[in-house]
Amino acid sequence: WKGKIKTLVKSYNKINNSTMSEVTESIKSNEPSAVGGFSFDNVHRNRMIENLAKDSNSVLPQATKTGTTIVGLVYKDGVVLGADTRATNDTEVAEKNCEKIHYLAPNMYCCGAGTAADTEMTTKMISSQLELLRMNTHSPSRVVTAFTLLKRKLFQYQGHISAALVLGGCDINGPHVYQIYPHGSTGKLPYTTMGSGSLAAMSVFEQGWRENMAENEAVELVRRSILAGVFNDLGSGSNCDTCVIRMDGTVAYNRGDVTPNPVQPLRDGISHSSKLSISAGTTPILSTKHQRFPVTLADVDVVEA
Amino acid sequence: MTSVINNPLDYSSKLKKGEVSTGTTIMAIPFDGGVVLGADSRVSTGVYIANRVSDKIAQISEHIFVCRSGSAADTQALTDYVKYYLSQLSIETGRPPLVKVAAHLMRQLCYENKNNLMAGVIVGGWDPVHGGQVYNIPLGGTIMQMPFAIGGSGSTYIYGLVDASFQENMSAEDARALVKKAISHAMARDGSSGGIIRTVVVRAEGNDRDYTPGNQLPYGPAGW
Repeated sequence: WKGKIKTLVKSYNKINNSTMSEVTESIKSNEPSAVGGFSFDNVHRNRMIENLAKDSNSVLPQATKTGTTIVGLVYKDGVVLGADTRATNDTEVAEKNCEKIHYLAPNMYCCGAGTAADTEMTTKMISSQLELLRMNTHSPSRVVTAFTLLKRKLFQYQGHISAALVLGGCDINGPHVYQIYPHGSTGKLPYTTMGSGSLAAMSVFEQGWRENMAENEAVELVRRSILAGVFNDLGSGSNCDTCVIRMDGTVAYNRGDVTPNPVQPLRDGISHSSKLSISAGTTPILSTKHQRFPVTLADVDVVEA
Repeated sequence: MTSVINNPLDYSSKLKKGEVSTGTTIMAIPFDGGVVLGADSRVSTGVYIANRVSDKIAQISEHIFVCRSGSAADTQALTDYVKYYLSQLSIETGRPPLVKVAAHLMRQLCYENKNNLMAGVIVGGWDPVHGGQVYNIPLGGTIMQMPFAIGGSGSTYIYGLVDASFQENMSAEDARALVKKAISHAMARDGSSGGIIRTVVVRAEGNDRDYTPGNQLPYGPAGW
């Protein structure tokens, strides 16, 4: 599809008799330049490309959505986060084993549902802001800081960043779980679920959650709720990842905690023609020649600008 | 950032697709020496309840609270802005802020941004100058000081009840009982209201936060 985008852009240029830089310059001059983060300069260009694509009957690439089941709960000594691992492109599974539990800080992780790129980049941005803040304040990040940074950014973009997040972590004030919606609204709860499989997962939570659960019970409840999403929601599937963040500062990130959908048995079940597996020695070696490749070490002077 | 240009004559700004709404019933009644605020706790996205125990009574100053209804994101952001402006103001003036000032700050934000917001709020509080006051700020940014205020989608079902039961110069306990009764009735009839009833009694001496669980409401469907 890259070739198709190039030809569309060329035809757009020919029509408008202007270069891409002129178009973006004209947009840039109207809007104040953003400091870091997202830039929406290409919205105009993308709309032009979409209109051209409609005329020439070509298919544009789609943003990958994480169908998703993500959950978080508070237990006696911390929080447990859980997520499935399926990333979908409409009805196709784009990635069977993607990571939806994103690192924010040593004491905080964030599960993301919605557009995969949006959740990934938003959490990365806030994670770097938190790291800079830790350097400036010489103290561990608080969950409410990440929560506020995330909700302000999402509200600023009025829902165009499609990221629904379950934020969980432990700080000086105790264990916390927050839910953050794409439009910027938030809630603080003892247990929460989000994503297309949230209804299935919430039914398990509502039946099983109690205050001050032990760690093994809490992790088992999270596993059951994610599996409820995996098996009952078409947008969720494959494996269950869990992440336990404890008040004492330790974190147990279990990638592939439960893998009820192994792919290898399916692959093994496909019978290949024996002609496709070629054993070593099938092609006769007529002659062998070894030649040394000359390598010279050169001294390079680094000149300071 | 380019945005979709709406029809300028379309005043009814609806919730965007997937946006979270505080469906809601909110209420506030002033009494001699303070004010009682009450709200349900249901937050919905479409027909799914995103949060069944949310807190819609936000504190913006020591003795001033805001009941939120409409878009959850918009009202949370508005509350944060007003809280910030009020704290700056109280540092600059050296006094606790007046409820009238808080209400007018809220009204200014709601009115100036009426095309992009969907927020109906009730500002209620106590200050040493005018005592307990309640200001109703519905969609669009009108401000009205009232002897009692109700708002949100569930309020339409209890206008008659509140008009008949309200009396001037009620005590704090009577006001609180009326708030709980009215909100229970609204929760019984409005699908977007439910959960628990949260109440806050604001007085000079201090505030009293309380909640009534959903199965102990003064009025509810038979069989609870």
